[in-house]
Amino acid sequence: MPTGNLSVTTFVIASIIKIAIVLWVLLTAVAYTVWLERKVVGHIQNRWGPTRVGPFGLLQPLADGLKFIFKEDLTPPYVHKFLYILAPMLALSMSLIAICLIPFGNSVNIAGMNIPLQITDTNIALLIILGITSIAVYGVALAGWSSNSKYSLLGGLRASAQMISYEVALGLSLVGVLILCGTFSLHGIVEAQTGTWFGFIPKWNIFKGQFIAFFIYIMAAYAETNRIPFDLPEAETELVAGYHTEYSSMKFAMFFMAEYSNMVTVACLASILFLGGWTGPVFGPPILHALLPIFWFALRVLFFIFVYIWVRGTLPRFRYDQLMSFAWKFLLPLAIANVMITALVVALRS
Amino acid sequence: MLHLALFLIFGVIAVVGAINLIAQTHPINSALSLVVVMGSLAAEYLLLGAEFLGAIQVIVYAGAIMVLFVFTIMLLNAGAEEQTRGSKVAIIIGIPGMVIGSVAVAWALIRAHTGAEVPVGSLYGSAQGIGHLLFRDFLLPFEITSVLILIAIMGAVVLARRES
Repeated sequence: MPTGNLSVTTFVIASIIKIAIVLWVLLTAVAYTVWLERKVVGHIQNRWGPTRVGPFGLLQPLADGLKFIFKEDLTPPYVHKFLYILAPMLALSMSLIAICLIPFGNSVNIAGMNIPLQITDTNIALLIILGITSIAVYGVALAGWSSNSKYSLLGGLRASAQMISYEVALGLSLVGVLILCGTFSLHGIVEAQTGTWFGFIPKWNIFKGQFIAFFIYIMAAYAETNRIPFDLPEAETELVAGYHTEYSSMKFAMFFMAEYSNMVTVACLASILFLGGWTGPVFGPPILHALLPIFWFALRVLFFIFVYIWVRGTLPRFRYDQLMSFAWKFLLPLAIANVMITALVVALRS
Repeated sequence: MLHLALFLIFGVIAVVGAINLIAQTHPINSALSLVVVMGSLAAEYLLLGAEFLGAIQVIVYAGAIMVLFVFTIMLLNAGAEEQTRGSKVAIIIGIPGMVIGSVAVAWALIRAHTGAEVPVGSLYGSAQGIGHLLFRDFLLPFEITSVLILIAIMGAVVLARRES
């Protein structure tokens, strides 16, 4: 929707430029998250990780990408062809759409125009992201079913059950933040976290009593993105590769990219909802005023991605019944208790 | 103008999805058609200014309930259904019934239309508006409904756990 001092034409042009930049940054971030993961997990396991392609193996993602493109694209016999092709597209497109609601910084002034640093903001942004992630489950579930393979099917079944279960805890962990901020708009949520107590403790939601919610969110998010210790849908030791066993070439790469771009989105959301988004000390000339918030935001996202990889290098996988009882018997009651206590405190204060 | 065009497009998608839901023989295809219907209904809600309802429609129906449908179909490994030629009762009673029903609804809507236009988004569409309705104006019915759903869940658990 054209807002403020922008005409429709400038709005469209600015949006297209923003989409191109965000997509480029996201896909590069996805490629280098894979590199970072291999590197960090390598060092955790006392080996080097990729070193051969380029300095520090920095060109490894590029080589991997080229390899994916040139691999033979196999379609196994007896698959449900339409759904087999639709599934990776659904997974990737949903994970890319989710990023368009993420604000990367406050608005900047370019040539007298006030341009917000996010592709779009709506007053139900958070709900839309939740909706998109809930649709993304179909990518995984349908891939598992349409492949006509027992390993894929088991992976798909596990994925859909797991993602529905953890979505409940994920959604409830956000309610506390929403009660405190009083808005679904991600921009509004960050705005509500500006300022400090006593000049040095930032007013982030995590310090406003959403400490438990933060950890519920992190755990549920790991499960939503199928990461260790919740990576049962693609447990290599049991299911070959789970739901994407039968996929090859770019179709496999699409699942891969979807998983990592989901990681980036989840990390962005965690920093926006609990760690104050792009807030941070801003100083220096105007160019720094524009760039520093983005830097602070990227730093938080990088931190979350590092923790993701750290957890992967540290923890073993859950057993399936443990996974389910953890979601329903531990995370869910905890999340509900958090919502009730937050609501009570806010009601008593007002 | 754009609003109206989008509204019509999503309306057509919803109807086509609903017809496809019945016409498909494989349960998975039918379930996915229903997801399409839910999604386009959500888009219609959004276009009418009921943003919260639209988002919840996607999250709850398309995202959670239909995933459970798909999950069940996958778990039971249901194959393609056989298409029958339809029963005589359905043709004799069903089709005229449907026609009469839709004419009645259309007639009622046209009669109720007073000519006063309601701008998009002027009704209770926001999260705040829905919240006020649910937790202030209609708190008792809302709570009773939630207790009713809780009882249904408990009933399902009791039935599923019966040992024989």
